[in-house]
Amino acid sequence: MTDAMIEIAGVSKAYDGRKVVDDVSLSVPRGAFCVLLGPSGCGKSTTLRMINRLVPCDSGTIRVAGKDITAVPPEALRRRIGYAIQSTGLFPHWRVGDNIATVPRLLGWPRERIDARVSELLTLLRLDPGTYRSKYPHQLSGGEQQRVGVARALAADPDVLLMDEPFAAVDPITRDALQREIARIHRATGKTILFVTHDIEEALRLASVIAILDRGRLVQFASPLEIVEHPASGFVHEFVGAQGIGLRRLSVRKVADRMRPGETAEGEPVALDASLADALEAMTARRSDRLPVADRDGRLVGAIALADLVR
Amino acid sequence: MRKTDLLASPILWVGLLFFGLLLDMDALRPVFAWAFPGVRPEIFDRAGFVELFLSHLGLVVAAEAAAAVVGIALAVFVTRPAGRDFRTLVNVLTTTGQTFPPAAVLALAVPAIGFGPRPTVVALLLYGLLPIVENAIAGLESVPAALRDAAEGMGLSPRQRLCQIELPLAAPVILAGVRVSVTIAIGTATIGSTVGALTFGTPIFDGLAANKIPYVLQGAVLVALFAILTDLVFAWLDRRLRPAGDGRTPA
Repeated sequence: MTDAMIEIAGVSKAYDGRKVVDDVSLSVPRGAFCVLLGPSGCGKSTTLRMINRLVPCDSGTIRVAGKDITAVPPEALRRRIGYAIQSTGLFPHWRVGDNIATVPRLLGWPRERIDARVSELLTLLRLDPGTYRSKYPHQLSGGEQQRVGVARALAADPDVLLMDEPFAAVDPITRDALQREIARIHRATGKTILFVTHDIEEALRLASVIAILDRGRLVQFASPLEIVEHPASGFVHEFVGAQGIGLRRLSVRKVADRMRPGETAEGEPVALDASLADALEAMTARRSDRLPVADRDGRLVGAIALADLVR
Repeated sequence: MRKTDLLASPILWVGLLFFGLLLDMDALRPVFAWAFPGVRPEIFDRAGFVELFLSHLGLVVAAEAAAAVVGIALAVFVTRPAGRDFRTLVNVLTTTGQTFPPAAVLALAVPAIGFGPRPTVVALLLYGLLPIVENAIAGLESVPAALRDAAEGMGLSPRQRLCQIELPLAAPVILAGVRVSVTIAIGTATIGSTVGALTFGTPIFDGLAANKIPYVLQGAVLVALFAILTDLVFAWLDRRLRPAGDGRTPA
């Protein structure tokens, strides 16, 4: 037995003789938020789409929850893996409620269970069920559509969520809000999430583990901290940002790592699990070089000073 | 439809005019007398206008129902992975059907299947396929790739993707093709009268042969009203059938 939720072993895919995915192996632990990161054309999307068999692999094996994905019909496999894509792919002729109910309906859930689940998911995504359930997608803003897309992917309570650049088409402010939402949902549900993006900021912010691909090959598979501190190659170093590396370092470390336990400070506290970049932002905004730190329940547990950020 | 909408609707007025003339062409006698002072205002009487209409309608419905079924089936087939290679062949065949003048089809069909309504239906069917096939293909292909991807990725089977996503979204474009095809067929069906089918073409050809202009006009006015009325009914259907969540405005 293994605690890996998704195991990709020696997987390759070629189009017209050109390898777009080249012998990629990686193992995503249960409950991880794994980001597939790389420039366009690096094979990250293809890798993702091989997991729900939208793209067949040429060679290698993929297991989800320990079972080979070719052991079940593709439709059955896809119905237990959540799938969300860029530009949402919401069906324009179905109401929001029907869109979210897509997979539960395919699975033959009874009507009352589907209705209850739709309300539950709309609430989870902070959309009022009474208002939104019977709207059509074109009546929603881009950010709302994307929320519905995420709710739809979560509908049948899959263990695994595949997300293909889901927030690439929305404006920066909406993207920021959606990133918060998905991080919150990940914490709340403990789903295993595989998330494709080319945006390094997004990756560092969301990932518990990052897989960096370059021309079809996996070049580094490590935590955000490891990737920023010890890039495995010149490519990773370049991609993660030879420039601005200092701020990136702050964004991958938590306040908890540098806090002075038991000490106190004046003002609004920062959260224990906020990044050092968030702390720096707060210090700059409040013109203060020292902030109190609170845990998730709001209890003050210590303080952090400007000097701690660069230790 | 609210009462005022109905009164403002051209369907009502064109329909009243069409069915009124169908039942009582005699009412036009003074008009003919005024328009053609030298000619005796004769009303076509070899067959009743209602009889002509039912026969004309039957030919169009038979031919267009078959054309719609065959045309949409062909379009579905060539837009599936298995049929993609046949796309060009289907295009060539339907275009040829359209290029072939219906009169020529009649001339060829009569020796094979005899006089009467049957060769007319064949000619209308062949002639009517092209707009239906072309529009159905365009409609099915206009479904955005992201929607197909989402549908497939969520586990809809190929049949579910076709019936629940692709056909409903393509419906307005498919319907537009059927509308063009039917409207053309109503006009074209008149030449069926040259091979013995009863249509509004019958008074037209009789009138031309016997040099009786009122006959020609009676047939022509009725067939024109019939075509306009049908087109209006399709426009109404289009507004009704357009996918509810479609933000696009009706054509």
